[in-house]
Amino acid sequence: MTDTVTSKARPESPLLESTVPNSPSPRRPRKPRAYPIFRVVCLTLTVLLFIAPLVWMLVASFKTNVDINDSGKTFIFTPTLDNYANVLSRNNYFGFIFNSFWVALWSTVLSLLLGVPAAYAMSRFTMRRSAMVVLMARIIPGVSLLVPWYFIFANLRLVGGFGVLVLSHMFVALPLIVYIMMSFFDSLPTELEDAAQVDGLTPIGAFRRITLPLSVPGIATASILSFIFSWNNFMFALVLSGANTKTLPVAIFNFVSYASIDWGSLMAAAIIVTLPIMVIALFTQKYVVSGLTAGATKG
Amino acid sequence: MTTKATGRSTGRAAPKATARQACSHWANRHRKWLFAAPAMIFVALLIAIPLAWTVYLSLTDTQGSVRAESEFVGFANYLQVFRDTDRFWPAMLRTFTFTSGALAAEMVLGMGIALLLWRPFKGEKWVRVAILLPLVATPVAVGMMWRLIFDPNIGFANQLLSWVGLPAQPWLSGRESALPTLMFVDVWQWTPMIVLILLAGLTSLSDEPDEAARIDGANAWQRFRFVTLPLLRSTVVVALVLRGIDALKTFDILYATKGKGGGSFNEAETLNVYAYGLSFDYNDYGIASTVLVLFFLIIIALMWMVTYRRKEKQS
Repeated sequence: MTDTVTSKARPESPLLESTVPNSPSPRRPRKPRAYPIFRVVCLTLTVLLFIAPLVWMLVASFKTNVDINDSGKTFIFTPTLDNYANVLSRNNYFGFIFNSFWVALWSTVLSLLLGVPAAYAMSRFTMRRSAMVVLMARIIPGVSLLVPWYFIFANLRLVGGFGVLVLSHMFVALPLIVYIMMSFFDSLPTELEDAAQVDGLTPIGAFRRITLPLSVPGIATASILSFIFSWNNFMFALVLSGANTKTLPVAIFNFVSYASIDWGSLMAAAIIVTLPIMVIALFTQKYVVSGLTAGATKG
Repeated sequence: MTTKATGRSTGRAAPKATARQACSHWANRHRKWLFAAPAMIFVALLIAIPLAWTVYLSLTDTQGSVRAESEFVGFANYLQVFRDTDRFWPAMLRTFTFTSGALAAEMVLGMGIALLLWRPFKGEKWVRVAILLPLVATPVAVGMMWRLIFDPNIGFANQLLSWVGLPAQPWLSGRESALPTLMFVDVWQWTPMIVLILLAGLTSLSDEPDEAARIDGANAWQRFRFVTLPLLRSTVVVALVLRGIDALKTFDILYATKGKGGGSFNEAETLNVYAYGLSFDYNDYGIASTVLVLFFLIIIALMWMVTYRRKEKQS
């Protein structure tokens, strides 16, 4: 429904704006009333469409299952924390939260160690072909690697441990970090490095003492995104995690394999997995956006 | 060059120091590969061996366990898959329906929203926050959320329809409606990504061509169609490629909402879900690998087509 409204937005707005094509100051058309109103309406609808489902999930997580089933209690109900208590205490979600956090943290740190120098070299020496090797990891369907991985790691008795999860999540994080850091280094001027080398630093020294400190914003962007993507990853953990290393998305998925769905607790669990990542994203909005749009504007 | 100079100027100390110096000298001279190689080796090892193994498996009739007795069957699996009008071809069709449908909707909506957000306005910050939230939400949780909203009996979607006086829909549980509903979910989650990319492109454009066209009397549609869009071309291609690859590989929301095999009628089974099911629900590795090899080839071919055509147009 809203789709049609927003997609009509473009063809309509022009007509309204174009009523005064020859106006001397083009920014202030004589009849500016219609487009701003239209814009506000469209943007409000957009925001509603994106936020309402999330609000619904939050609301449902505070309802008892009886209330969720009762259409008379869509908006008016007595909020309860039982679902959260149920999820956290009886289903060991603290453990899953820790697992998700631990795997995301280590895969991010290790990917940074591998990825930042690689991105630097690939950017400074324009190694586009080598970059493609790393970016292949982003293109290839994960399933096609999972069967061999599973058996190699099972033979090494690694399946079910943290190591193999970190390794598989690094596979997601590394191409992301290389991609973001490459476009960051591409836009970082080389003058300071050159000056440092003239002053007697070796190239590696210049990288370590000059470029790295200057790259903190880029590294922050890359780490936040890598953390988010690792936290959200489902497929690798679904196959490679064991009872003790299960991550949150897998835990939530297992919730519905029982006969009847405990909707209240399921929504509470969904909130528990999404809320931390949303809070992080809100506080680091600038970085998240610049990471997601890295490399998009240079063509 | 600079390396040599620094190496010589300080290199007259004790032999130990010279050894260290030589080491550092060597490291600096080979820094290109010293820096790049670890990441490349890591990725190559994790890709090359499994990929070779997958290709090998696709030529055998391995079942049950990867190391079970199996015979080399040549291209028999490929023939079988090509003749499989029951699961393979429908899954292929669904993959392309899902990807092209969702991608088209995301591009149109994303462009619309990006244009609405383009010029600064009051409250911009809040709109940006709103579009960022779906993007970072965990796909499995998103799947569960929509499962509740689209539940035929207790879901809010049908409640909304009943308020407007429309009949209830089966949504995710319907045989025909499951895939379009999932496309809607994909559009909900990933349109913001397109918005952000296009917005970054739009804000990097200079105002002058737009102003010039305005002075020449072009209306806003003409200015968008003949000025902004051509300037934005490379950004649009980046958005299409990035999102397209991920859409083809969509797994999380499909598996989280429909489970094994994409539902009881396989109504939401894409190639990725099909291959996953063959691998881990049925342990039919030979066929699974065949499907995966084909799937991978399709992705590579599409990628190549997009980048190749782009280069042709540029030159």
